[in-house]
Amino acid sequence: MDIVSPGFTGRRRSGTELPPGQYLTHEFPVLSAGPTPHILPEHWEFTVTTETGEVHRWDWATFTSLPAEEITRDLHCVTRWSKLGTDWKGVSLDTLLADVETGADFAMAHSYGGYTTNLPLEDLLDGQAWIAYEYDGEPLNPEHGGPARLLVPHLYLWKSAKWVRGLVLSDTDDLGFWESVGYHEYGDPWKEQRYAGD
Amino acid sequence: MERTALRRRLTWQVGTVTEIRQETATARTLVVDVPDWPGHLAGQHLDVRLTAPDGYRASRSYSLASAWTGETIELTVEEVPDGEVSPYLVEVLKVGDPLEVRGPVGGWFVWRPEQAGPIQLIAGGSGVVPLMAILRAHAAAGGTPPAKLLYSVRRPTSVIYLSDLKEIAASDDVEVTFAYTREAPPGEPRVGRVDADLLDAITFTPKDEPTTYVCGPTPFVEAVADLLVAAGHDPARVKTERFGPTGGPR
Ligand SMILES: Cc1cc2nc3c(=O)[nH]c(=O)nc-3n(C[C@H](O)[C@H](O)[C@H](O)COP(=O)(O)OP(=O)(O)OC[C@H]3O[C@@H](n4cnc5c(N)ncnc54)[C@H](O)[C@@H]3O)c2cc1C
Repeated sequence: MDIVSPGFTGRRRSGTELPPGQYLTHEFPVLSAGPTPHILPEHWEFTVTTETGEVHRWDWATFTSLPAEEITRDLHCVTRWSKLGTDWKGVSLDTLLADVETGADFAMAHSYGGYTTNLPLEDLLDGQAWIAYEYDGEPLNPEHGGPARLLVPHLYLWKSAKWVRGLVLSDTDDLGFWESVGYHEYGDPWKEQRYAGD
Repeated sequence: MERTALRRRLTWQVGTVTEIRQETATARTLVVDVPDWPGHLAGQHLDVRLTAPDGYRASRSYSLASAWTGETIELTVEEVPDGEVSPYLVEVLKVGDPLEVRGPVGGWFVWRPEQAGPIQLIAGGSGVVPLMAILRAHAAAGGTPPAKLLYSVRRPTSVIYLSDLKEIAASDDVEVTFAYTREAPPGEPRVGRVDADLLDAITFTPKDEPTTYVCGPTPFVEAVADLLVAAGHDPARVKTERFGPTGGPR
């Protein structure tokens, strides 16, 4: 049903094309379900666990010695803000998964603090996803997911798990934290996949 | 988890504003009649969508202020100067107008009556809205378990739900404390932000194993959640909702 809100004209502020329902911000808002975990790099590790249980492990030193990329991408948060042209540095998941043997179709990202989010494995490959550890030329601060976070900019930002500690690969598409309380399982901002069933 | 119950398709519904209550100079409560509202849990929010005559649309999220009673829902909106949606909801919308909503959303920042342990609520500004829904659901559930509200406001005139909160405080089921950051009423010496000493003095201790709900502007939520964790509260029991719209430049 189409209705008009009496007396509403709107404030169309952004000339840029954004995904439907988004507005432009120049700030960097924070959204997470609980307090910010503070993890020291020396206590940090990242693991990839395959569907057969094989574990690949990186500590901070081995992780940061991998080839890193400069990444500039737009971010779209399901709470409706978009921020354009953000600058990151991180390791491509193509690099991290290069020696991982798997036939899995799905990945669950796990974070320090217990957060999880599910993604199709193919969305993490081919230059679409990184483990980022610098933002705007500075080490990533804890509020924004430091020491390192997943960065999957083509999906809503809740998929870019902050404080990431590992990926568990699987043949089945299980639901992560927000996905299991009503958010969309995939989360494409351009298709406005905010909530389950969108 | 009640995964199946929550994984249904959310569709836009047209409600009608049936009543408007001014809460403060800058905030008001909208009572909206939404036919077939599916019900909600205390703490959940919905999306509001506004449509201009040429089809342009803007949406924002608002917490449900009322516990579910079946017929109507209540939202309380604080006007953000310069904002797109909140000034319309606070200044323009009238009784009898249609309002498009979609919800309820969110299954984490919620309180369920069957949940064990005391309830600690900590609000900054309009962050009190979903916490009021929790207090209303708590009262409907008979006023147990023990509950406390700490509400940080700029000054006495910024308090949303003042008369409801006085009533709740008088019932003895809930301990209500205000923290004034700019200006306190006569007889109230403390002016300042919520800090470790205040939390220590008036909130449940980690040993009480409360579930804590912190809601408000992002910097407030960040600061309070960090203080709670530093004081020994289990991070898994500290639930946060950040209202944005902005977290300040970092
Ligand atoms: C889960 C959730 C629940 C919420 N519940 C409530 C609630 O119960 N009550 C409540 O009052 N609020 C609530 N909020 C906040 C609400 O969703 C809105 O963010 C708030 O009302 C402001 O919206 P707005 O459209 O008025 O302002 P916006 O138009 O979003 O603007 C906000 C600020 O950003 C600035 N701004 C925006 N775009 C630009 C631009 N392009 N250039 C420059 N400046 C810009 C504006 O000047 C303004 O200062 C909630 C938020 C969330 C996420």
